[in-house]
Amino acid sequence: MKSGSNLEKILRAGHFAFTGELGPPRGADIDAVRKKAKFLVGSVDMVNITDNQTAMVRMSSWAASLIAIEEGLEPNYQMVCRDRNRLAMQGDILGASALGVRNILCLSGDHMQFGDHPYAKGVFDIDSIQLIYMVKKMRDEGKFLGGADIDTPPKLFIGGAANPFADPFEWRVYRLAKKIKAGADFIQTQCVYNMKKMREWIKQANDMGLTEKVYILAGVTPMKSLGMARYMKLKVPGMEVPDDVIKRLQGVEKKKQADEGIKMACEQIEEFKEMKGLAGVHLMAIEWEHKVPEIAERADMLPRPEV
Amino acid sequence: MIVAERKPFEEIKALVKDFNRVLTVGCGTCVAVCLAGGEKEVGILNTELTIARKVDGNPIELGGVTVERQCDMEFLDELDGMIDQYDALISLACGAGIQFLAERFPDKPVLPGVNTTFIGANRDVGWYEEKCRACGNCCLGLTGGICPVTMCAKSLFNGPCGGTNHESCEISPDQPCAWHMIYERLSKQNRLDSIIEIFPPNDWLNTTPRTIVQPAYKERKAAR
Repeated sequence: MKSGSNLEKILRAGHFAFTGELGPPRGADIDAVRKKAKFLVGSVDMVNITDNQTAMVRMSSWAASLIAIEEGLEPNYQMVCRDRNRLAMQGDILGASALGVRNILCLSGDHMQFGDHPYAKGVFDIDSIQLIYMVKKMRDEGKFLGGADIDTPPKLFIGGAANPFADPFEWRVYRLAKKIKAGADFIQTQCVYNMKKMREWIKQANDMGLTEKVYILAGVTPMKSLGMARYMKLKVPGMEVPDDVIKRLQGVEKKKQADEGIKMACEQIEEFKEMKGLAGVHLMAIEWEHKVPEIAERADMLPRPEV
Repeated sequence: MIVAERKPFEEIKALVKDFNRVLTVGCGTCVAVCLAGGEKEVGILNTELTIARKVDGNPIELGGVTVERQCDMEFLDELDGMIDQYDALISLACGAGIQFLAERFPDKPVLPGVNTTFIGANRDVGWYEEKCRACGNCCLGLTGGICPVTMCAKSLFNGPCGGTNHESCEISPDQPCAWHMIYERLSKQNRLDSIIEIFPPNDWLNTTPRTIVQPAYKERKAAR
């Protein structure tokens, strides 16, 4: 065991993992985190705690991670390269590990321009692959990036993201390989809608032997409405929403679109369970945490294994 | 070259509001080429200021001169006889030139008339693009001659990130994705091997003021 996290135990035991997401509030309300967390307890193996997502200021990821732990949820501490340099990152990594955080997701971060402080200085001292490498060096070699010894190294299961849908498609599997080489233990993908491309990407990863070296969790975000699907298609960079997804939602009346969205997500999850090279599903029910138990139930993911 | 943009007129006007005799000093090198601070721009700014101050009932006496390079002390010598008759100087040079002018004439307020914007190249007349951040650690040999520090909005060394939008950067459809371009160029050259290796964390050499003394001139510097 590298970290002893619940996710690591579940994956090593060969179970199909099911992880969720919790966006911290834009305020100091601890109950806002507790309330979201309560919906997720028992339905997922681990929950990603986002880090100033879409470059909007929110309660810090490590703080919300600690609240999640208090609520009985295992956090996946997201850390973006946009907001801190290597000193701050390493300090936060030690602090998070000391307080019981056992998973970390290493991300570049959305550009500042998308958020509410568009002229903030983007730090980007290191990039996401270098961050993965840094956490691995801290954990496995017991050394800081600068080379000095760490008296008590952090214990973290190291995650990275992958977007099989962004261009250039042919390079994406090599980027995955770089993340694995840097030290990623698990990968969570961008929300999948284009199943054809997903199958192709996973096949490439299988053929290159990558899926034997890393646990890949496919990203699923149920569409709440036709409007959301259109927004995701047109406005979210790197997101690919095929026309048949839009058409299917168009085919049902408005108040049944959310239900149809969940049905579509469950169909995807069914296919992912059978897909060679996948180790789980990462459910990003954006501002829809209260629906997670229902989705988990309908996707036949309950009860979650005890390991 | 260094590319600059003239400051908004109202900002320059506010900077000189307390002065009645001002010398505008242009620079004949980079900022002249990029149409921000050469002889012509000195004339235009002085005309605008003269009219505006006359309209305000607070006339200003302006002089104009353009030196070859403000970032070279020897070209500043020619200003020696002129400075005394002015209360302040406006420099239309880049930040290096402005600071050298201020150092050369420390008794006079030196005010910037341009915003120094980037190290860039001339795409077409009046059209300049940033190309270099002077990070001090050039990796262009590995990245197909395309700078990820400058051209990638996140300065990623192991891109492309997941925000690549077709062939564009997530920040704008008009901004090509640097790592997409790097991939395409290296792919055509059969050199993808150079980016399959992980770039280690960069040593940022631009976090303190830098000085370079060429080896042949070290003794000369020591003697000063």
